[in-house]
Amino acid sequence: MNCTKCPTSTRAVIGLPRHNAAFCKSCFITFVHEQVARAIKSFKMLSHEDRILVAVSGGKDSLALWHILLTLGYRADALYVNLGIGSYSEESHRKVRHYADTVAAGYGAKLLVHVVEQEAGAGIRELATILHRPTCSTCGTIKRYQFNRAAIEQEYDVMATGHNLDDEAARLLGNVLHWQNDYLDKQSPTLPASVEGFAKKVKPLCRLSEREIAAYAVVNRLDYIVEECPMAKGSKMILYKEVLNRLETESPGTKQRFYWGFLDKQAKPDAPAESMADKDQRTLVPCDSCGQPTTAGTCTYCKMMAKAKRSAV
Amino acid sequence: MLVQLSHPNRQVEIKGPKRTKDLLRELNLVMEAHLVIRGDELVTEDEILADADQIEIRPVISGGI
Ligand SMILES: [Zn+2]
Ligand SMILES: [Zn+2]
Repeated sequence: MNCTKCPTSTRAVIGLPRHNAAFCKSCFITFVHEQVARAIKSFKMLSHEDRILVAVSGGKDSLALWHILLTLGYRADALYVNLGIGSYSEESHRKVRHYADTVAAGYGAKLLVHVVEQEAGAGIRELATILHRPTCSTCGTIKRYQFNRAAIEQEYDVMATGHNLDDEAARLLGNVLHWQNDYLDKQSPTLPASVEGFAKKVKPLCRLSEREIAAYAVVNRLDYIVEECPMAKGSKMILYKEVLNRLETESPGTKQRFYWGFLDKQAKPDAPAESMADKDQRTLVPCDSCGQPTTAGTCTYCKMMAKAKRSAV
Repeated sequence: MLVQLSHPNRQVEIKGPKRTKDLLRELNLVMEAHLVIRGDELVTEDEILADADQIEIRPVISGGI
């Protein structure tokens, strides 16, 4: 497979069925940067004057996000929350620290760190047990709280998270399956600072699939933690992602149409809805052959039967 | 070829030559959820992998928030 963008046929490193394209390393990097730039522009996420705080975990999404924002010339510091999940936290902390020292520092960006154990006197595992709550939800609450607090206290203009197209599509699927209408409203890639004390939040990776971001991390030699968080095993989100990936494999572009279609609907103010009866009265006429209601002169049934009779003779 | 897999970490020996997408199919893995890395370079699904190749199949799904 060769790059579909290069005039000279360069070997592709990734095929993108949903875009009917394949890219070499340098065209792929350009593609990723363009997708992020488009998301930033169309959802009014960031300006080059903003001071941005990126929520980093040591995983591919957040490290790639930090890397892309710095490469595109944004002023982006990062915050890592160490949740005290044994060797998993130690390793992810080490990877974030390594990126901060070897790359981010060169852009004048710094890494802030918050260690949960020091404040709560217990790691996340113990906390979840004490509070009788599932670990992932405890974890999410702590991270959201700490990121928002750091962003407000240190006067950042906006907080950026590494949520990708798959994260958002999986969350949307979960919300639709359970008709969580309240949550649907909060699924925009840009959430404004609605009240005093809430930072503005943006998701610049919302146009990129999980696989594209992982590929971006690989071609840029970003050292991220590949292992799943040991606490996330068997989570509903992973199940939804697996289901969506099966659909995507059979029918490329499904994830994108599902999530972007939702965003499009959300962006358009509801047109005054015409009732189904009004619409039928406006569009339906009696079939000139059988008299049953149809939108055309002769109804589909009559056309089908006429054709069948013709070919039978 | 030596194939490195994750979740759980393990290595399997697979007979080459073999197309990337056939290797994934044989291991019952979905392309959309994995990257195939030869040495330290990404390869596309139509690439032919040889017996001498060192292959890593890296999952891309993460479950955190
Ligand atoms: Zn190219
Ligand atoms: Zn008719």
